[in-house]
Order: sequence, then structure tokens, then C-alpha cells
Amino acid sequence: MQNTSWVPLFPDQASTFAWQVDALYFYLIAISVFFTVGIVAAVFFFAIKYRAKEKYETPDEIHGSMVLETVWSIIPFIISMTIFLGGAIIYFQQYTSPPEGMEIYVVGKQWMWKIQHETGQREINELHIPVGTKIKLTMTTEDVIHDFFVPAFRTKADVVPGRYTYMWFEATEVGKFHLFCAEYCGLNHSGMGGWVYVMSKDDFEQWLSGNTAGQTPVEAGKDLFQNKLGCASCHAGGPQQRGAKLEGLFNSDVKLVGGQTVKADEQYIRNSILNPASQVVEGFQPIMPTFKGQVTEEQLNALVAYIKSLSPGAAGSSPGGAAPGAPAMTNTNAAAANKPAPAKPAAKPAANSNK
Amino acid sequence: MQTQDAIIPGSAPEPKLNYLTNGSTLRSWLLTKDHKRIAIMYLITVSLFFMMGGMYAAAIRLELLTPASDLLQSGTYNKVFTQHGILMIFFFLIPSIPAILGNFLIPLMIGAKDLALPRVNLLSLYIYWIGGALTLWALMQGGVDTGWTFYAPYSTTFSNTYVMAVGLGIFINGFSSILTGLNFIVTIHTMRAPGMTWFRLPLFVWAHYATSLVMILGTPVVAITILLLALERVAHIGIFDPTVGGDPILFQHLFWFYSHPAVYIMILPGMGVISELISSFSRKKIFGYEFIAFSSIAIAVFGFLVWGHHMFVSGQSIYAGLVFSFLTMVVAVPSAIKVFNWTATLYKGSISYDTPMLYALGFLGLFLIGGLTGLFLGSVGLTVHLTDTYFIVAHFHYVMVGGQVIAYLGGIHYWWPKITGRMYSEFWGKISAMLVFVGFNLTFFPQFILGYQGMPRRYASYPEEFQVLNIFSTAGASVLGVGLIMPVIYLTHSLIFGKKAGDNPWILPGLEWRTSSPPPTENFEVMPVVTWEAYDFSDENGLDIDEIKRQQAELATA
Ligand code: HEC
Ligand SMILES: [Cu+2]
Ligand SMILES: [Cu+2]
Repeated sequence: MQNTSWVPLFPDQASTFAWQVDALYFYLIAISVFFTVGIVAAVFFFAIKYRAKEKYETPDEIHGSMVLETVWSIIPFIISMTIFLGGAIIYFQQYTSPPEGMEIYVVGKQWMWKIQHETGQREINELHIPVGTKIKLTMTTEDVIHDFFVPAFRTKADVVPGRYTYMWFEATEVGKFHLFCAEYCGLNHSGMGGWVYVMSKDDFEQWLSGNTAGQTPVEAGKDLFQNKLGCASCHAGGPQQRGAKLEGLFNSDVKLVGGQTVKADEQYIRNSILNPASQVVEGFQPIMPTFKGQVTEEQLNALVAYIKSLSPGAAGSSPGGAAPGAPAMTNTNAAAANKPAPAKPAAKPAANSNK
Repeated sequence: MQTQDAIIPGSAPEPKLNYLTNGSTLRSWLLTKDHKRIAIMYLITVSLFFMMGGMYAAAIRLELLTPASDLLQSGTYNKVFTQHGILMIFFFLIPSIPAILGNFLIPLMIGAKDLALPRVNLLSLYIYWIGGALTLWALMQGGVDTGWTFYAPYSTTFSNTYVMAVGLGIFINGFSSILTGLNFIVTIHTMRAPGMTWFRLPLFVWAHYATSLVMILGTPVVAITILLLALERVAHIGIFDPTVGGDPILFQHLFWFYSHPAVYIMILPGMGVISELISSFSRKKIFGYEFIAFSSIAIAVFGFLVWGHHMFVSGQSIYAGLVFSFLTMVVAVPSAIKVFNWTATLYKGSISYDTPMLYALGFLGLFLIGGLTGLFLGSVGLTVHLTDTYFIVAHFHYVMVGGQVIAYLGGIHYWWPKITGRMYSEFWGKISAMLVFVGFNLTFFPQFILGYQGMPRRYASYPEEFQVLNIFSTAGASVLGVGLIMPVIYLTHSLIFGKKAGDNPWILPGLEWRTSSPPPTENFEVMPVVTWEAYDFSDENGLDIDEIKRQQAELATA
């Protein structure tokens, strides 16, 4: 791992967050040094100046000082608020996904990271990404909690079973950086890591074309939906449609039996497949069977990706939402639409459905 | 015993009995209701747990000398760090100061004969023993590998180690904390000597009052959490395990709702000790008494509102993250107030550097670093990078070891003459205090740097570029180990060969110094009446300083 940072004993700075986090870090170090030096100097000064001249003599009494107490309550409070604000601003960026970007699915599993690109390439314990591109990870795990941590990017997020979590970053340096699992996950926790390879955009394209892509998540999802899992028997449209309409579902508001309205994000779709009875759409019978235990996390990701692809233009601010402006895609043309085109990664979402 | 006039009738030449000599059978110890004897029994058991936890720590540091997991396989390593944490937190740090020094000193400091509920006090010791024995048994059987945090669903569904037995041990032990806290609260409310008003209480007592509040309000929550975890493990009823409809994040909320306040159980008593030490060895009234007293209460209350700062990256909503970060920053202020007041107490004092004071000054420096690095971790944007790395490990060791353990050692030395009637070797005391300070910093300071570089915690093996700092850390740990073993030797030695301490070896005004050393079973020959403020070194404190000096001088020449 090359060291691009200017301070020794310091991790690489390789994402747009890095300099911000580091600036906050140095601000805190400055405050810490200031207080530590101040207090330690005072302690030493007093300890020497007022050392007992004679054992057990009694110095004059001092009771305390309201002025001092006020000063040293207010100043730390103000300083701590500046630290809070600095941290809050950075945190907001770290955990608010940008509207567009390259989407990558991550599934944690004791003790490996399984990664799938939207163009279909799969990797294990390695993540290849282009520099200067916003990367959005949609993550879950097959077993226990893990945590996707790239120190050089100064960000991490827990990966939690039964739900999706998201993180994003934009690499600024080409290079090879550590990927760690930062949440204890059992026997081989310390072995659950690998590398993030940040490549120039050209190199990345080469890498993409050099790697045989399997089905893209959307294609795989469509296959599952129409053939393997038989979702289409209820959701296919037409007069006998018994299931709810899935076109345009993603990011819309869904009215549930019981009057509640929820937003159809990835988590909702996931839950509709695993626990259909827990959120029944208004106007429908709870006849959809649960698919819990029948689909793997990766298949779920594919189904979610496919259902999302049925709602073009519904990206909005949702983390990991589909790219805006993606042309309409219906059951009938989706298959053709999703051939991975060897396009520039930055333009990927559009190319992805360009038929 | 120099008090010749206080002889028990009928045993003319014999010295009067103190709590140690009043009954020497095993039964007289095991069935005692004397808070001082109970404290001694706690001291012995807690020390044993500390040594075991220390051995695990040594194993961890040795394994981390090299990047590969060679000395210990990762499975073993996972058990070792888990058990280090469990023993140190639940069986050493939490009972350390309250159950030993608090138990021994609160009645003495407030002028009471005993705690309000002596039988309950003995019961809490037995509960601690039972919980401890069960936990040890589980460790012998094969131990546990979930981390002391027991995160679900690893703990509920995946780990096939002795989670249930260890959980039960901790569950049982929790009742010991609850009963001790309850006992302290009742005692402080009802057993104060005439004239001992709330604002004449030593700050040690205030700190224990605040600690007790946390113990009785927080511990039941962790007990329930462990119970739910056990239910989930046996019956899979779907509380924490997502495959049966549970929510693993719920576990973290419940766990940290207790365990964040619990870190205050592990530091407030230490702050109480430090207030005593700083005042006593500068021979000055503590600066800003009320501010220190109320900051303890403020910490105890606010401590219940910040648990979410352990979950910034867990997937909780960013707004929750922001609120918890804000509250965490607020709770830092009372701790800062304490540090400033302690420092100001030194101003124009008459400072002597006996061993306890060396510990107190060391505490100031270490706690300062521990507290300041807490600000790093409270600042959300920064902690996204820092959490779950060695930065956290370094931070909480600075607070819990640099804070509580240093205060505990300072307190043990300071009250040793009162507890045992003997003086320890001041020379070895100072050497060990300095070794502990140096060794501690060498062990844990490099871990801040490691953490920022990104080394995750709980790693049995790590990339090679982290090795140099890990070697420093292990080297420091060996110095720290030597520094910690020395007091065991010279303190034990002093029990037999130590000089007689006298009743008031440091010539101090506190009530505990106005009875004999070791104190009689009933603590005071006559019920004291308090007419002076806490830390009153003036002439109004009712002490005959010249007489005490004369007595101490006599002892020194005897
Ligand atoms: C037996 C018929 C049937 C099958 C098979 C079926 N569904 Fe459904 N599905 C329904 C019905 C009826 C609803 C509406 C009631 C409800 O929410 O449970 C529904 C609702 C949904 C919803 C929520 C729609 C909304 O508007 O909120 C999603 C998403 C969904 N199904 C996906 C799937 C997927 C993916 C599969 C295949 C793995 C599948 N379904 C298989 C009948 C079915
Ligand atoms: Cu892990
Ligand atoms: Cu906390």
C-alpha cells in the first residue's frame, strides 16, 4: 500500500471525506494539546511552587470562585459545540447518499465480502472502482453484523442482517487500500477483509471488459421473477393479475391495509418479499406466500434491483435509488434493455437501459 | 494501639479489639455483618479477578506482538479478549471502588456504625461470589467468544460457546450491584451522624451517591437484556434475531442503555477518590465543592441520555446520531468542570508527594487525555472513521484504567493505614506509581495512532504496517504489569512488617481519621457530632493537631 499522505503514521487520504475528517481531527488535536499542556503545566507549576515547606502546615483557605466556575463551564461548552457542528456536517455528508452514482451490492457473510457490480461482475474480498466517481453501496449480510470499513476513505457502516444499510464515497486517489470488517463477527473476523482497488477510469473500463460479467442484478432478478420463483404468475399484469402492480412502485407511497402509508424503498420491497403478511397493500388479499428461506441475500438483491428497474425516474433522494432519467422499462422490454453495455462507468445508469 | 484509655473492661493489659481481631474464626468472617470485613472479602476476591483479567490482557498483548495469529489461534484469541473484558468490567471495575473502598469508608465518613442494611450488604457479597463462580466455571468449561458486548445475532444464534452460563453469571452479579447501590443510598440518607449535613459530606460520598443512582436504575436494564438474549437463544422467539423477525439493533439499544451509564459506575467513584486525595495532600479545602458534587449528579443523569453514541454506524437514523452526538458533547462539560476544580485546589496549597498523591496527579493527566479523546468520539463525523478501531480501545482504557484503576490504587494506598493499621513502604509505593504511569502511557498511547490509521479492534491478526506500534504497546504492557504486581508484594509485606500507622497518619480532618486504625467493629467509640465543613483544615475542625503530631512522632520513634 503506497503512502500518499504527508504526515507519517497516518492513513492514506483517498476519498473526498478524507481531508474533512482529517481537518476535524487536527482541530481536536489542537484543542487537546492546548488543554493538556495548560492543565499539566498548571499542575506542575502548583506542585512545585506550593510544595509543602514543612509537613502538615495549613495554608490559607480558599473557597472557590463563582466567576471561574462560570468561565470554565461556558468555554468548554462553546468549544464542544464547535466540535459537534464540525462532526455533524461531515456525518451528514457521509451518510446521505448522492442522487446519482455507481451502484454496487455488497453481501457480508462469515467471513467474506461478496460484491456485485450493476454490470454483473462479481468479486470476493476485492472491490474495483473508478477514481472520481461516486460509488454507492447497498449492503446486507447473510448471517451476523459486519462492518464495511475503508480507512483510506474515512468512512464505514455496519452491515446488518434483515435490512439494507448504505454507504457511499468518491475515491480521489488511484491505488490499493485496505478493506476491513470492523464489527466483530466471530471466528475469522480479523481475516474478513481485502482490498479496494481504485483505478483510473480507463483502467476500470478495461477491468470491466476483461471480467466476464454474469447476469446483471436486474437480469438475474427478472429471471427469478419470471421463471424461477413464479412471481409473475400473480404480478404479470393483465386481467388475471392477483398481485399488486409493481411498475412505478419504487419510491412511491403505498397505502397499506390499516390506513398506514409507507414509502416503497429497498427495505420495503425486501420486506414485501420476506414478510408479505406484515405489510398488505390496500385493496389486496394477503395471499402472497413468504419467500423467506427460499431466496439468498444475493437473489433478494437481484429481485429488488429488478423491481426498482420497473420504476424509471424514481431515484429521488433515496440512497441507492435508480438513476434519474433512465428510460422506461417494462416487463416486456426489460430483458433486452439490460445487456451490459461497455460504456463509461460514469454514464453507466443511462447506458444500462438504453434500448 | 496508642489509645491506652480505651481498653475493654476486664482485659486490662490487652489492646482493645479492632474489626480485624474481633473474631478470628472463618465463621466470624463468613457470617459477619461488619461492612469493613465485607469490604476486605471484596478486596480479596476483586483482586483475584483483576489478576485473572490481567493474565488475559498479557495473552492479548503477546499475541499482538506479531501480525499473524500465531501464539493464539483466532478462536482462542476471541475468547481471550472477550473474557478479559467480562472479568475486568463486571467483576473488577464495577465493584472495585464502590464495593471495597465505598463499603469500608462510607459509614466511617458519615459517622455511622455500619451501612443501613448490613445483612443485605453480606448478601450482595454472596451474590457476587455466586455470579463470579458461575462465570469462572463457564470459562473453565470452554468460555465465551461474543465480546463483552454480546451483540446479537452472533450471541443469540451463531456462537456455540458458553453464552448462557456466562450471561447468567453476569445477570446474577448484577443484583449485587443493585443491592450495594440501594444500601449506599439508604445509608447516606438515613445514617449520617448529627451535624453531618449533605454539604458537609466528603465528595467521595457524593460520588458514591451518584454511582448508586446509576447502579439501581441501569443494572435492571442489562439484566432484562441478558434475560431476553437467553430466551432468544433457547426459544428463538424473535426479539433480536432477524431470521425469526427480531431486530438486532434493538439489542444494541438495550445493551448500551445500561452500558453507557455503566461507564460512569466505572469512573464516578474514581473521581470521588481523587477529590479526597487532591484535597488531603494539598491540605486545602477542595475548590468549588458544590460544583464537583453536582457535576457527579449531572453526569449520572445525562449519562442515561447518550447511549446512542455507541451506535453511530449501526444504521440508526442520522437524526438520532446528531442528537446523541449533541448530548454527548454536553455531558463532557461536567467532567471538564471537575478537572479544573481539582487543578485549582492545588493553587496555594501545601502539597506533598506521598504515593497516593502521585496517583492523583497521574490521574489528572490520564483522565484528561481520556476525556479529550472522548470528544473525538462524540464528534459524529470523526467517529464514523474511529469507531471499532484501536482508537476506541485506547480511549476507554485511558478512562477506565487511567481513571478508575489509578484512582483505586491511589485510594488503596491512601486508606491502607486506616484499613490495616500498617504503613506500606513509601519508597516502593512511589516506584510502582511511576512505573504504572509510564507503562500505561506506553501501552495505550500508540493505540490512538493505530486507531486513526485504521486498525480495527478485536483482530487476532493485522497487516504488517501496524506491527511497530503494537510492539511499543506490548512493551508498555510489561512495564505496566510490573508496576501492578509490585503493590501486591509490598502491601502484603506491610501487613506483617509494616510500621504501625497510627490513627491519623496524614493528619487530616475527615471523620474516618478520627477513629483508631484499624477501626473498632462499631467504628466509633462515641457517636461523633460534626461541627465542621468537609476538608476543613482550619482551627475550627475540632482536631488537636499538636496532639496528633505528637502521637504520630511517638509512633515513628517507637
Ligand atoms: C400468490 C400470488 C403472489 C405471488 C406468487 C407473489 N406475490 Fe407479490 N403480492 C401478491 C399480492 C396479492 C400482493 C398485495 C398484497 C400484499 O401486499 O401482500 C403482493 C405484493 C407484493 C409487493 C408489494 C407491492 C406494493 O404495491 O406494495 C411486492 C414488492 C411483491 N409482491 C413482490 C413479489 C415478488 C418479488 C414475488 C416473487 C418472489 C412475489 N411478489 C410473488 C401476490 C403474490
Ligand atoms: Cu467482522
Ligand atoms: Cu457511552
